[in-house]
Amino acid sequence: MIPLNHFLVLGALLFAIGVAGIFLNRKNLIVILMAIELMLLAVNMNFIAFSHFLADPGGQVFVFFILTVAAAESAIGLAILVTLFRNLKSINVDDLGGLKG
Amino acid sequence: MNLPLIAFYAFAAILLFAGLRVITARNPVHAALWLVLAFFTAAATWLLLYAEFLAITLVLVYVGAVMVLFLFVVMMLDVNFDKLREGFWGHVPLAAVVGALMAFEMVLVVGSREFGGDSVASPGAPPAGHSNTKELGRLIYTDYVFPFELAAVVLLVAIVAAIALTLRSRKESRYQDPTEQLAATRAGRLKIVKMEPEREAPATPPEAGA
Repeated sequence: MIPLNHFLVLGALLFAIGVAGIFLNRKNLIVILMAIELMLLAVNMNFIAFSHFLADPGGQVFVFFILTVAAAESAIGLAILVTLFRNLKSINVDDLGGLKG
Repeated sequence: MNLPLIAFYAFAAILLFAGLRVITARNPVHAALWLVLAFFTAAATWLLLYAEFLAITLVLVYVGAVMVLFLFVVMMLDVNFDKLREGFWGHVPLAAVVGALMAFEMVLVVGSREFGGDSVASPGAPPAGHSNTKELGRLIYTDYVFPFELAAVVLLVAIVAAIALTLRSRKESRYQDPTEQLAATRAGRLKIVKMEPEREAPATPPEAGA
């Protein structure tokens, strides 16, 4: 059978890819959202692996909730993106200095 | 080397390659399509862990709904993506160092013998007749019923927020104003005009030749 390590390492590598994606596409909001989805997927992978190996289905319930929240997050994120593009004609992160933070 | 292990390595290789292509693709449409492949392969990996319900949910909800939403937005926005990619290669060294360091550290932790990941024995395949969906459904509707309802509220808030953010009121759009409708009075709607009764004009024979 597949040992638990394999799934945890796969999740860790996927998470690192997501973090690197945010650094790489620092200007493109859409790809940043996609990188966040990759990181959430890595977390879900860990939850399901532990849920199987510890024989506790509660972990899968948590993945269920993470999927719900991630879907809500991407829906609102894309809605903000569309509104932003309407107002600024750009989705470049560098152009979003309106609040002068 | 057994079949599940070979399948796992194949899925893991596809998943990592698709993930790398998501963050390096030149065109965001291609990135979204690579992300679809990543989700699909992750669902296959979850099947190896006997999480059938969540694997199918991932395909239906993510590939079916969220990624279509992404593609929809990417194609709707008229953005010059080459301009957004400026400085991409300048960020590569930092991203590679940070990503590699994070991966290295996490692999050191979870892959070490002290972590005990390889000493946890796999419970193996569930017994025949065991239903993953039934088990999850029992948990959601008993122990986790309150979080489940909260998740429903989160989704409702997301729907309302997405519509409220993107809804535009057009000038030419017509809508009802119930307050105005209720406040309507007879005087505002009906006007009685006194006027002389119209008399029928006497029929004059058409003058021929005039």
